[in-house]
Amino acid sequence: MTALMTDTDLATAEQRTWAKWQIYLGLFGFGLGIVMGLLQAMERLGLDLYDEFQLQSYYQGLTLHGVAMAIVFTFTFANGFLILTSMRGYGRPMASTGLVRGSFGLALAGVALAASAILVNQATVLYTFYPPLQAASVFYIGATLLILSTWVTLLNQLLTLKAWKAEHPGERIPLLSFVSLLTFLMWGVASVGMAVEVVVFILPWSFGWVQGTDPLLTRTLFWFTGHPIVYFWLLPAYVSWYMMIPKQVGGRLFSDRVVRAVFILFLLLSTPVGLHHQFTDPGIDEGLKFLHMAFTFAVFFPSMVTAFTIIGAMEDGAKRRGGTGILRWIGKLPWREPSFVAQVLAMCAFALGGASGLVNASGPVNQVVHNTSFIPGHFHLTVGTAVALTFMGISYWLIPHLTGKKLWSAKVAVVQAWLWFLGVLTFSRGLMGAGIEGQPRRVPAGSLAYALDSWHLYDLMTGIGGTVMFVSGVLFFVVILRTLASKVTGEVYEMPLSETMHGDEGSPAILDRVGLWVIVAVVLIAIAYVPVFLNHAYQFKSPGFSLF
Amino acid sequence: MKIEKYERFFLYATAVVLVVFFGAILMSVGEAGLHLPTQDAVLDPTAVGETPPFDNPGVYPTGPDEYTAVMVAQAWSYSPNEITVPAGSEVTFYVTSRDVIHGLLIPNTTINAMVIPGQVTKVTYRFEDAGEFPMVCHEFCGIGHAGMYGKVVVEG
Repeated sequence: MTALMTDTDLATAEQRTWAKWQIYLGLFGFGLGIVMGLLQAMERLGLDLYDEFQLQSYYQGLTLHGVAMAIVFTFTFANGFLILTSMRGYGRPMASTGLVRGSFGLALAGVALAASAILVNQATVLYTFYPPLQAASVFYIGATLLILSTWVTLLNQLLTLKAWKAEHPGERIPLLSFVSLLTFLMWGVASVGMAVEVVVFILPWSFGWVQGTDPLLTRTLFWFTGHPIVYFWLLPAYVSWYMMIPKQVGGRLFSDRVVRAVFILFLLLSTPVGLHHQFTDPGIDEGLKFLHMAFTFAVFFPSMVTAFTIIGAMEDGAKRRGGTGILRWIGKLPWREPSFVAQVLAMCAFALGGASGLVNASGPVNQVVHNTSFIPGHFHLTVGTAVALTFMGISYWLIPHLTGKKLWSAKVAVVQAWLWFLGVLTFSRGLMGAGIEGQPRRVPAGSLAYALDSWHLYDLMTGIGGTVMFVSGVLFFVVILRTLASKVTGEVYEMPLSETMHGDEGSPAILDRVGLWVIVAVVLIAIAYVPVFLNHAYQFKSPGFSLF
Repeated sequence: MKIEKYERFFLYATAVVLVVFFGAILMSVGEAGLHLPTQDAVLDPTAVGETPPFDNPGVYPTGPDEYTAVMVAQAWSYSPNEITVPAGSEVTFYVTSRDVIHGLLIPNTTINAMVIPGQVTKVTYRFEDAGEFPMVCHEFCGIGHAGMYGKVVVEG
């Protein structure tokens, strides 16, 4: 058998295996995350289970939840999934099998280090890890390795683009590979802030090489990356929504040009917006906050284009399946297909997530909701559902695709998707309601000495909704594990790939000049951030505090 | 093609909505004076106790119905942890931290600000009605975070 395989086939097969392990590592993070999520939900219902789980505090569980979900699950899934889409788009393996392996190795080592520090309660700093709260060095090293694993994937994509161009002179970059690359390019530019924060400022300080750090500076560097990180979570989901969902509903993607433009807009606008997380910070000029607010409104635009294009593609599919009317075609969508159902519900949640995001972005309104429960209410609709439920939906075809095993029970999987959706609507409504009434985030809301009466009903909604989400998450693992436990069927499960109505012949060639777009992105970031760093009053005086 | 017409309409509509929202925010700043915290003073976070005005935290009258509250946040309380003012007072808070990042949130008021070591947070609010308002730390600051709260007593 092996003798019949070419080197290319062998490379493809090995790279697929490592990509699969990235996905498994991501799902492991997700599994850990939902258990911690259940503990938080139970706490709101008056049942404190932290002792039973050998955890020191609510905050240790919350740190584990945040790191497992927002960093491990998202990073490794993006690594694995977009390596696979890049390969499929170019029709060739990645340029370097070693880098595919290396990306997995770095991610695994990063998870092991960060998790060990958190589990022994030496890194209860939440996933935002603001200095001068100080974790054990090993936590920061783990976080660095996780970021490095994504940089290795970016490097591999660039090398693969170069190799592919040499093989296909003068051709357009295949759309699927283009969007996969742009996702990582955006992140490559955006992650520089957090990399500098950790490597230049936090690590030397946590090793004791320097005595003091500057809390406002490290916080600003964190949010330099901390907002665009949400697009790094989101864009792999967009890759699926644009490139796969139209095919899964029997429709076509409207236009190649629009998709390329949308991903370029994310590269340009994702980063110069970070100050909208710091509207209520002292020490930052109010005018600069408004500049970042304007950029934040602008980055809403490509998401609205996405909403139009994806809904258009779904209508096209439903009408080709015999759907009619202005809205009646919705009934003709494949409501028994779990991969589709999970992702379309993820999109519905994202509409609410986007609207609440605009609330957060509006300076004076932000003063009502900043650091209240409203914020986790918002981001459980975005990363917690638009992304997480989409990744579950992708898994429903991806696991069969990677293993050759048939999905166990599409029916259970459809129920799972609906449960998550109904769960998060209840959960986020609870958090948002409590937040508007002034409940702070990041607190064990079930046992607060200063709780207001108006929070109790909302805490109940949050607790019940969160529990329903946990049950849904367990059903997801039942489906995936029973699929993995089944026998290989001999069938081939293809990656769904959309056709476009208007192909790349209508797309201006300048859209493919990725180097140029990176330069424009850097210029925009400079406009937004150079004045921030010039105005900053530098003082590296804060010693570390490990108050956990 | 029809879709292109719809798409163009949708994109223009989105742009208009965003511009109107942004204009509304600018008006709230210009007309209603809803400002965000901005650059104020800095100080040495390791010498808070020796740096005026934080060497003497407390509430000081500064004019008719006007007070200044000088507060130091630390794990896990404010100093002073209770503030008493008459109804109708406009209180300007000056807050800093002597250890990690804290927050200052007074539910159902416009007071919602970060308190960062080395920086001075300045926020103002007029307490019109008598009552008690919890003063809550809303940034994770260690194991005792949920117990970090004080209160503002507004006397009738």
